[in-house]
Amino acid sequence: MEAVISKFESADQRTAPQRTGVTVRAREGRLYHGLLTAAALVAPAILVLFVGVLVYGAWPSIRAFGLSFLTSSVWEPHPEREQYGALPFIVGTLISAVLALCLAAPFGIAVATFLNEVLTSRWRSAARFLIEVLATIPSVVYGLWGIFVLAPWVSNTLQPVLARSLGFLPIFGPPYEPRNMLCAVLILAIMVLPIIVSISLEAIRAVPASYREAALGLGATRWEMIRVAVWPACGSAFAGGCILALGRALGETMAVTMVIGNGRRISPSLFAASDTVASTIANQFAEAPSDLFTAALIEMALLLFLVTLAVNVLARWIIRPSLPGAGGRS
Amino acid sequence: MSPRYRRWKNRLMLGAMGLALLICLAPLASLLFTLVVKGGSTLSLRFITGPWRPVGENGGIAHAIAGSVCLLGIATALAVPVGLAKGLFLARGRSPRLGGMVRVLLDVMSGIPAIIVGVFIYTLVVRRSGFSLGTGFSMLAGGLALAMIMLPIFARTTEEAVRAISTSVDEAGLALGLPRYRVVLRIVLRSAVPAVLTGLFLALARVAGEAAPLLFTAFGSNEWPGSPLEPVGSLPALLFDYARQPFEELVRQAWGAALVLVALILAVRLATHAYSHWRYGSGANP
Amino acid sequence: MKLNITIPRPAVTADPCAGDSEIVISGLDAGFGGHQVLKSISLTLPQRTITAVMGPSGCGKSTLIRCINRLHEEVPGAWVRGAIRLGGVNLYDPSLDPVQLRRRIGMVFQRPNPFPTFSIYDNVAVGLRLNGIRKRSVLDERVELSLRRAALWDEVKDRLEKPGTSLSGGQQQRLCIARALAVSPEVLLLDEPCSALDPVATERIEQLLVDLQRDYTLVMVTHNIQQAARVAGRSIFLLSGELIEQGPTSELFTNPRDLRTESFISGRFG
Repeated sequence: MEAVISKFESADQRTAPQRTGVTVRAREGRLYHGLLTAAALVAPAILVLFVGVLVYGAWPSIRAFGLSFLTSSVWEPHPEREQYGALPFIVGTLISAVLALCLAAPFGIAVATFLNEVLTSRWRSAARFLIEVLATIPSVVYGLWGIFVLAPWVSNTLQPVLARSLGFLPIFGPPYEPRNMLCAVLILAIMVLPIIVSISLEAIRAVPASYREAALGLGATRWEMIRVAVWPACGSAFAGGCILALGRALGETMAVTMVIGNGRRISPSLFAASDTVASTIANQFAEAPSDLFTAALIEMALLLFLVTLAVNVLARWIIRPSLPGAGGRS
Repeated sequence: MSPRYRRWKNRLMLGAMGLALLICLAPLASLLFTLVVKGGSTLSLRFITGPWRPVGENGGIAHAIAGSVCLLGIATALAVPVGLAKGLFLARGRSPRLGGMVRVLLDVMSGIPAIIVGVFIYTLVVRRSGFSLGTGFSMLAGGLALAMIMLPIFARTTEEAVRAISTSVDEAGLALGLPRYRVVLRIVLRSAVPAVLTGLFLALARVAGEAAPLLFTAFGSNEWPGSPLEPVGSLPALLFDYARQPFEELVRQAWGAALVLVALILAVRLATHAYSHWRYGSGANP
Repeated sequence: MKLNITIPRPAVTADPCAGDSEIVISGLDAGFGGHQVLKSISLTLPQRTITAVMGPSGCGKSTLIRCINRLHEEVPGAWVRGAIRLGGVNLYDPSLDPVQLRRRIGMVFQRPNPFPTFSIYDNVAVGLRLNGIRKRSVLDERVELSLRRAALWDEVKDRLEKPGTSLSGGQQQRLCIARALAVSPEVLLLDEPCSALDPVATERIEQLLVDLQRDYTLVMVTHNIQQAARVAGRSIFLLSGELIEQGPTSELFTNPRDLRTESFISGRFG
C-alpha cells in the first residue's frame, strides 16, 4: 500500500474511527459545521417565512379586493360596507420618495464632490463626521424636529412666499395645511442625504489621480476637471446611491408619519396633508377595527416590501461591479 | 470661451457646491441646536431617573430607558449567536455558493423597511388570531423585531472582522495539531473579537433609535418593565407618542427624551470610533 | 511564576531524537484540481539536520513541505498521491488522523503570524491548552522552556502578558518558533522563515536553527542561496515540481551534477 489516492474536502471527516478521542473530535467537528450551516440557512428561512406570513396575513384583503386594491381610493372601515383601496397611499409614497430624491441627489453629489475635490483633508473629515451624525440621528427625532421646527417654518415662511409667487401652479396652490407633503419631502431629503453623500464620496475617491492630472495638464480649471474627469467615472455609483436612497425613502416611516398630516386623499398641492403606505400602517395598525382592515394594512406592507426589495436589488446590482462592498452601510 | 469666463464659471460652480454643503448642514445645525436648548431645559436627574407620572406631575422617563435597555438586551441575545455563526460561515465556510446566496439575502434583509418588520412580527408572534404564537404585545416580540434588524448588520460586520484575520493564522493553528473547528472558534474568532464588538455596538446604535418596529410589537407602557410577555415602553416609542400629544409638558418631555436618546447613541458611536482608532491606530492588529 | 529550569529540553514524552524521525518521501505527486505541482518526488530528509529546499518561485517548494504536515490537503481542491514516512510510519495511512500527526511536525510560516490579540504567553500556551493541558504549573514550565529554546525568553520574560503582535518582526518569528516547539514536535518545517525579516533578525534566526538541529529534523524552504549555504547541512533543488538534485550542501554548491542546478546557484535564473 504505497500509493494512497486521496482528494480531501474535509480533513476532519477522514479520521480513524477506532480511536475514541478522534471520534469525539470528529463528532464535534461535524456538530460545528452543522451549526454554522444551520445558522447560515436562517437568513433564507426568515425571508421565506417573511413573504409567507405577509401573504397569509394579507390574504383576506387580496381575496376581497383583488387588483382594485391598487386602483381604488375608497377607504371605508364602516363594518357594513367595508372597502379598502390603497391608491392614495401608494401615490403619496411614490411622490414623497421621488421628490425627496430629486431634491437630495444634486445636493448629495455636490456635497460629496466639494468634500473630496475642494476641501482640505482636515475640513473634509470634519464635514464627513457631521454627515455621519446626520445618519445616526433616529427617525423619531427628525420627526420631533419636523413637527416643531420644520413644519412651522414651512407654513410661516416658505408657504406664503411660494403661494404668492407660484400659487397659480396647482402644486403650490391650496389647500394649505400645517403638516403636509412638502414637510415630508424635505425631511426625507435630509434623511437620505447621508446615503447619497457616502456612496458618491466613495466613488469619487476611487477615481484615479491620473485622470485628474490628465485634465489639469490640459489646462482645465478645477470645475472643468470635475466635469470631464471625475463625474463621468462615477456615473453608475451615483445612480446606484440614488436608487439605494430611494429604497430608504420609500420605507421611511416615523419622521414622515409625524409631519405629513395624515390626509387620506390625492391632492395636487404639496401643501395638502397626505399619507404614505408606511405612515398609514404606523398610524392605524395597532387600532385596526376589523380583521379585514388589518389584512388590508398587511397587504400594503407586502406591497411596500416587494417594491423596496426590487429597488434595493436594482441598486446593488448597479453599484456592485464598480464599487464592491459599498452598500449595506448607512 | 475666454479664460476670464472659464475662471468665473469655475468659481461660481465651486461656490455653488460649497453653498450646497452649508445648506445641507443647516438642518443639522438647527436640529442639534433645538435639541440641546429644548431638551437641555427639561433635563434633570429626576427626569432621567424618575418613573412615569400622569400629566401635571412632572414624571420621568426612567421606565422607557429601562424598557429600551431590556429590548436591546433581548435583541442582542437573539442576534449575536446567529450573527456570529453566520459571519463565521461567510468568512470561513467551505461552500462559497451557499455563502454568496446568504450574503445577497442578508443584503435584502437589511433593506426591509423597519415598519414592515414590525408588521411581520405582529402577524407571526403578537396577534391572537390565525397562525400566530399569540403572545400579545410584549417585550419579547419587540426584542425579536429589533433582532431581525440587527442580524444582517451584525452578521456582515462579523464576516468582515473574521475575514480580516489572515488565513495564515488558521494554518498556524492547524499546524499545531488542532482540529479546524477549534482553530476557528478558539483562535480566529478570539482574534477578531475587538472588530466583532465594534460591529455589535454599531448595530446597537443603529437599532436603539428605531420606533417603527416597536409600535405593534412592544407597543408601549408607562410601567416599569416586568415580564417579557407584557408590553414595554421604550425611548423611541415614548418620543413618538409624546410628540403628538396636545400637552405642553409631554412635548417638553419628548424633547428631553430625544436629547437623552441622541446623546446615548452618539456616545456609543463615538466610543466605538475612538476604540477602533486606538486599536488599529496602534498597530495591534496586522 | 519564574521557574528555575536547567534541563534544556522538554520534559514531556521521550527525547525528541530518541525515536527515529527521518523523513522518507517516495513517489509524491501533489497539486490543485487539474494542476500538478509536484511530480513524483522521492527523497530522504535525515534527522538532526537542516535540509534546505531551494528553487525558483512557483517550483513547488512550499507545497512539498506542506505535504509533510498534511496542510496542503486543507486547501479546497488539493490532492496528494504517494507516501511520506516519518520514522517508518506512512503519514498518508488512511487510519492516521492528520490532526494528531501535525503535533509531531511543527511549522513556521513565511510571515510571522502570531495570533492577534493573544499575549506572548498565550501564543505559546494555546496549542497545549487546546490539546487538553490545563495545569498552570505545567503550562508555565513548557512556555518558559519553549521560549528559551527559541532564544526569546530573556527578551520577553518581563512582558509575557503583552500582545504577541507588539514584538518586532524577528521576535515575532521566534515567538512563532516557540509556539511550534511548545507542542514537542520532532520535525520543524520552515517556509522561508526569514523572507520578511531584516538582516540582523535573519542572523539570529539562522543561529537559532543551527542550535535546534541538534534535537530536531529541520526542513527549510528558502529562495536565498546564501542562506542555504550558511545553515543547511543538506540541500535539495526543485524545478517546476521536479526534484533535480539532492545532497550535502557543500557538494551541491561546489560540484553540482546537473547543469540546471549550477545555473540556479550561479544566479542565472530564479
